[in-house]
Amino acid sequence: MIELEHVSKVYRTGDIALRALDDVSLRIDDGDLVAIMGPSGSGKSTMMNILGCLDVPSSGTYRLDGTDVGRLSDNRLADIRNRKIGFVFQSFNLLPRTSAIRNVELPMVYAGTKDRRGRARRALARVGLAERGNHRPNELSGGQQQRVAVARALVTDPTMILADEPTGNLDTASTVDVMNLFVELNEAGRTIVLITHEPEVAGFAKRVITLRDGHIVGDERR
Amino acid sequence: MNLLEAARIAARGLRTNKLRSVLTMLGIIIGVAAVIILVAFGNGLQRFVADAFGPLANQIQITKTQGAISGNRAARDLTDADVDALSDRARAPALGSVTPSVNGSAVLQVVGDGQYRSSILGTQADYLDVANRELVVGSFFDDQQARNKAKVVVLGPNPVATLFGGRAGEALGKDVRVGRTTFRVIGVLKGNGQQDDVAVMPLGAARSYLLGGGDVVDSITVRAVSTDAVSQAVQQASAILDQRHAIRNPDERDFTVTALQRLLDQSSQVLSFVTIFVAAVAGISLIVGSIGVANIMLVTVTERTREIGIRKAIGARRRAILQQFLIESMILTGVGGLLGILLGIGLSVAAGVVLPRLVADFPVPSVSVGSVVLAFTVSLLIGLVAGGYPANRAARMRPIDALRHQ
Ligand SMILES: Nc1ncnc2c1ncn2[C@@H]1O[C@H](COP(=O)(O)OP(=O)(O)OP(=O)(O)O)[C@@H](O)[C@H]1O
Ligand SMILES: [Mg+2]
Repeated sequence: MIELEHVSKVYRTGDIALRALDDVSLRIDDGDLVAIMGPSGSGKSTMMNILGCLDVPSSGTYRLDGTDVGRLSDNRLADIRNRKIGFVFQSFNLLPRTSAIRNVELPMVYAGTKDRRGRARRALARVGLAERGNHRPNELSGGQQQRVAVARALVTDPTMILADEPTGNLDTASTVDVMNLFVELNEAGRTIVLITHEPEVAGFAKRVITLRDGHIVGDERR
Repeated sequence: MNLLEAARIAARGLRTNKLRSVLTMLGIIIGVAAVIILVAFGNGLQRFVADAFGPLANQIQITKTQGAISGNRAARDLTDADVDALSDRARAPALGSVTPSVNGSAVLQVVGDGQYRSSILGTQADYLDVANRELVVGSFFDDQQARNKAKVVVLGPNPVATLFGGRAGEALGKDVRVGRTTFRVIGVLKGNGQQDDVAVMPLGAARSYLLGGGDVVDSITVRAVSTDAVSQAVQQASAILDQRHAIRNPDERDFTVTALQRLLDQSSQVLSFVTIFVAAVAGISLIVGSIGVANIMLVTVTERTREIGIRKAIGARRRAILQQFLIESMILTGVGGLLGILLGIGLSVAAGVVLPRLVADFPVPSVSVGSVVLAFTVSLLIGLVAGGYPANRAARMRPIDALRHQ
C-alpha cells in the first residue's frame, strides 16, 4: 500500500525554486490499477520517482506498506527497488551495448536469482520480443526498447509496477498488447501505477488521478 | 550478488572499451617490466662482481710504503726474512698462505719474430690460486721448478698477441729470450683485464737472470685461512712486520697492509645503491602507469554515470557498484602486472642469451623473485587505490542524480 502525506518536491535552480509537487497526499491500495494523467511538466514523473524510491520528497512522508521510506538505509532502499518494485522509465534506461536478454536479466543478477536466462526469455516472450533477445538497444525500435524495459520491470515478479508512459512509443496494436499484459498482471494481484497522456490507455485503469502544477486536481474511480 | 558476478560485469565493462583498456594496461605492463628488468640487470652485475672477485675476498696485500715515512726514516724493503716470519704458523695462525713476488720489466724476443717489452712477475707456484687466474693452455711451474729457478715462463695474453699473433697454442713450448736469458714458454694465462701485460716466472729465476735485487720482495700476497679471519690475519701480519721493522707507532709503519675484502664490500655496496636507484627510476614509470589507471577509472565512472544510475535504480547495492569498478581497475592492473612480469622475465632471459654474445663477459641479468612479487603486489595495490576513489564515488551516487546525468 502506497501512502503519500503532504509530500512536496522543490527543485532549486540557482535562485529559482520550483515546486514540482505541492503538498500532495495520496493513497493507493494493493491490487489497484491507477493511471496518472496531466499536462507536461505537471509533476507526474517527479511523483513516480518518489513512489519508486529513486528520489526523496523535500518534505512530507512516503509510506510503503506501512514503512516510512525516508527512514530506510541505502541498502534497504536498493532491495525494495530490486524486489518490490518494477520500474519502467519514460526514457527506457536500458544499458547500452548490452543485449536485450542481458538487460532483462540485470535485476535478477542483483537479486541472486536462479535460472535467470529462462526467466528473462519468458519475460521477453510476454512482451512479444522472444526473437529479439540478442539485439542491443540501438538495434531495436523505440517501441521495442520500451517493451524490453517492461520485460525487465516484470521479470522479478514485483508486487508493484510503476510505469512512466509505457506506451508512449508504441503503435495502437502494441499499446493494446502491453495494456492487456498490465491488466493480466493486475488481475494476478499486482499493484500497477502508470503515467499516460492517452485517454485510451487511461481507459484500462480502475482509477485515474490528474495532476496539474504539482497538485492533484482530479481523482476518479471507474 | 557474489564476487564472480561482479567480476563478470567488470570484465564485460572492460571489453566494451578494448583499446582503452589495453592502452591503460600498457602503462602498468611497461612499469612492471621495467622494474623487473632493471633489477635483474643490477643483480646480474652484482653477481658478476661477486663471482669475479669473491675468491679474492680473503686476500691481503702487503707492500712497502711509497714516499716519506713519518719520523723521517727511509722505508725498509720487504725481504725474504719477512716472508719467512709471516710463514711461521705458530706466530700467525690466521694466515693460510704467503706468496712473495718481485716485479720488473724486460724485453721479450722470439727468434725471427718481433719483440715486446713486458712487465715481469717473479713469484711462487701457487700464483694461479692466489691471483684467481686460469691458463688457456699449458701448465704453471711447480714448487720444484720454483726452487730450482727453472728458466720457464708463463705469458699473459698481451705478449702472446704481439709475439705469436694471439695463438696461444703456437706459443706453447717455444723459446723466448727474456732480457739476455732464454726461457721456455710452458703456459699462457687467460686475460683478466687487469694484469694481461705480463710474463710470470719463478721468483728465483727473475732475481738471478733479470731483476737482481738480492733478498728484496716487492709485494707479499697473504691469504687468510677464511674470509672471517681476514681482520685477524691483518693484525697478525702487521704485528710480525712491526716487530721485524722495529715499529712502535702504527703511524710510522713503512709497509701497507690492504685487505681486498674491504674494497669488495665497498664496491658491492655501491652496486646495490645503483640497483636500488635504478629500480626507483623504474618505479616512477610504474607510478605514471598507475596515474593512468586512476585517470581512466575516473573517466569511466563519469562516462558511465547513467549506467550506474540504471543499475542502482533496479536494485544494485552500493557494494555491488563498488565491487564492479574496483574489480575493473584490479583487472587492469592485475592483468597488466602479470603481462609485465612475463615481459620483464622474457626480456631479461633474452638479454641474458643475446647480450653476452654481442659483448664479451656481459653480466647475465638475473631476475629476482623479490622484484617480481613486489612489482605484482604494487600493481594490485595500485588497482585498489587508483580504482578505489572513483568506485566509491560511483557507489555513493543517488540513483535519480545518476540517471539524470547527461
Ligand atoms: N532535476 C530537476 N531540476 C529542476 N527542475 C526539474 C527537475 N526535474 C523536473 N523538474 C521540473 O519539475 C517539473 C515537473 O517535472 P516532471 O518531470 O515531473 O513533469 P512530467 O509531468 O513528468 O512531464 P512530462 O509529461 O513532460 O514527462 C517541470 O517543470 C520540470 O521542469
Ligand atoms: Mg515525465
